[in-house]
Amino acid sequence: MLTFTIKRLFSALLTLLLISIFTFSLAHLAGDPAIAIAGREASAEDIARIRAHYGFDRPLVQQYLAWCGQALVGDFGRSYHYQQAVSEMLATRLPITLILGISALGFALAISLPLGIVAAIRPNSLIDRISLGLAVVGQAMPTFWFALVMIVVFGLTLRWLPISGNASWQNFVMPTIALGYFATPALMRLTRAGMIDALESDFVRTARAKGLSQTSILFKHALRNVMIPVVSVSAVQCGAMLSGSIVVEQIFALQGIGWLGYDATVRSDLPVVQAITLVIAAFYVLLTLLADLLNAVLDPRIRIG
Amino acid sequence: MDRFKLIGLLAALAMASGIQQAQADKSDDTLRIAWGADGVMHNADNYYGATRAGIWFSKMVWDTLIERDPTTSEYRPNLAKTWTWVDDTTLEFELRQGIKFHNGEAFDADDVVYTYNKVSSDSGVKFQRIVNWIDKVEKVERYRVRIHTKEKFPQAIEFLSGPMPVYPNEYYESVGAEGMSKMPIGTGPYKVVSMKPGEEYRLVRNEDYTWGGPKSMAKIKNVVVRELPDLQTQVAELIAGGIDVTADLTTDLAEKLDGTPGVSAEQAGTLRVFYLGFDAAGRTGHKAMTDLRVRRAIAHAINRRSIVDNLMRGAARVLDTPCHPQQFGCVESAAMAYDYDVEKAKSLLADAGYGDGFEVDLYAEAPAQEAEAIIGDLAAVGIKAKLNRLPWEAYRDAQLANKAPLFLTNWGSYSLADAAAIISVFFSGNEDDFARDREVTEWLGIADTSTAPETRKAFYAKAIERITEQAYFLSLFSGIRSYGYDSNLAFVAYVDEIPRFYEYSWK
Repeated sequence: MLTFTIKRLFSALLTLLLISIFTFSLAHLAGDPAIAIAGREASAEDIARIRAHYGFDRPLVQQYLAWCGQALVGDFGRSYHYQQAVSEMLATRLPITLILGISALGFALAISLPLGIVAAIRPNSLIDRISLGLAVVGQAMPTFWFALVMIVVFGLTLRWLPISGNASWQNFVMPTIALGYFATPALMRLTRAGMIDALESDFVRTARAKGLSQTSILFKHALRNVMIPVVSVSAVQCGAMLSGSIVVEQIFALQGIGWLGYDATVRSDLPVVQAITLVIAAFYVLLTLLADLLNAVLDPRIRIG
Repeated sequence: MDRFKLIGLLAALAMASGIQQAQADKSDDTLRIAWGADGVMHNADNYYGATRAGIWFSKMVWDTLIERDPTTSEYRPNLAKTWTWVDDTTLEFELRQGIKFHNGEAFDADDVVYTYNKVSSDSGVKFQRIVNWIDKVEKVERYRVRIHTKEKFPQAIEFLSGPMPVYPNEYYESVGAEGMSKMPIGTGPYKVVSMKPGEEYRLVRNEDYTWGGPKSMAKIKNVVVRELPDLQTQVAELIAGGIDVTADLTTDLAEKLDGTPGVSAEQAGTLRVFYLGFDAAGRTGHKAMTDLRVRRAIAHAINRRSIVDNLMRGAARVLDTPCHPQQFGCVESAAMAYDYDVEKAKSLLADAGYGDGFEVDLYAEAPAQEAEAIIGDLAAVGIKAKLNRLPWEAYRDAQLANKAPLFLTNWGSYSLADAAAIISVFFSGNEDDFARDREVTEWLGIADTSTAPETRKAFYAKAIERITEQAYFLSLFSGIRSYGYDSNLAFVAYVDEIPRFYEYSWK
């Protein structure tokens, strides 16, 4: 088990290292960062001076190693634009993205699990059709469009919810639904398909033959099996929500790391891009690990195997 | 569907369903400003931030030595009481006494010396052109300073009335650039209460702003600035009354919003010049662009009037000068005008040996509609222009890598009302010069450094005549900025694209 854990940790660190090299190279290959840093009304001389000021004229490897040296001691450097320590910026903005990502996943699970189970118990019923409709709409509708529709309905017409900002919990309602709804179809269809398979399996038939109650069969036996792929997909979805909340954060002016990362990429704020990519990558690694552990708890075969 | 159109449609639907009229929140005397759709203000210290929103913020919190009246263009004493040129390269200022920074620190010569010496020697300052003319600044007396310029620099007065605020030396020295960005301290009409960088800034009226400067004391007591990077969200907030003013609108949205109850929209002309640049120097290796007849043919082929009337609309105007006529030295009469004449364009192309047309890459970072219209006009005379529409950073990268034989862009001159802020940027023989006309560079050298206004004008006129006659640079039209605001707000827009938020009041 110890060897396994060490191996896993080593591969996680290697993944993070490769990602940082990849991000660094891409950010530089995408164009001259000095142009974005110098600003919209900078002359060619301004750009050349910024290039020298930030050391972009040094060899790429040298620049990368310098960054690595600092990052290893926890110093992600300073933002070229904000003139702030990147770690400080992350500390302010990460909680917003985490709240949004976790509540969106919670919303997605709260909708998809019950609907998926009911749809599986009563296939081709009205509720199954409704859940299928919800899944199709959720998958097809662009998040930004859905967000705008909600703004018009709940923000402008009904005036129930604030349109933008992060001042109160109400500010997170629309972003949570916008972001969570997109993840709902995959989870709902997975639950439904898994549940149908489980209900038709031998062990459920045996359980029925033993005279177990429907509730016991559903929740103790069938659902436990269904949850294995759902947990794995949820982990991936949670990672996707943390990194993919750019549009939602922009529309609702939530100052999380999603929008910050996008803005930093456009403006070649390399220390910010590097740090955010690493943080998100670390989350993915962590979530995948957690999903594996949770699945091991749910399924003894994984533990033993 | 275009997202802008979409929100317009949605907003219209919402209006049709009878939403409440937007209400100005006069009760707490707070002006809620949104910006960010045109670029977030990353850093309040705009020497390092270099954003347009930063210029707006700067006007609220800091002061400059001189203030240019945005209506009359007259230079008025601000932190400086008087100024005189002691010699060709020395400008002496007598400073106003009794002014205090928001933290109580007294304003005097040390602050001016510290600020300008610091920014003119720091390579991290982004708009070097704004400060790199300063050789050194020295204190003469407590309220008297001298700015020594590297060479004759007659635009100094205009630059000093532009984005060159004066910082408190003791405070800046103790907190550094980061501290100044987190808690800006100035002498201006608004004091900073709190800053959440990139998110929200709260300001309150500076009640001590009574020293008789040309900027008025703030009329509205509180200001909340919110960075809303999404324009649709700004519009929704404006309709809902969540914000009172934005300066980020597009022409389409401004037109749609104008009929909304409780909301007003205004489109104002700006100093921004949209232009088509030619690689006349042959840096990209595209031979046709080095031929005067081809450049002139392109100038005649583009229906600028139609683009202005149908696409830009509002206060935009067709320009013939490679600068804005409201800038000093931008002599309109010197410019050669190119009327829309397809036959003439075809004939010029035939003379140049391109009777069957040619292919060219057009690099653009301007809105797609204008670029498409230009491509259509060029196609009508046989020029197949391939549009490479890119974000600013990628566009600039391609241009400086000599990949753009033809480019469509715009220039805001840092809001400076001097032709040097545009012509001298693009024709001084440097990397941004795609004409490389030595005589033009020489004339601009004289115009930029002469202390006699008439001499300056004469040499800018010579340069303008040559630039337009050689069609090195085809000015298309002036830009517009579109504002949306609560109808209860007494709002005025200015040509330099700087809203004076401290001037606005509730009706």
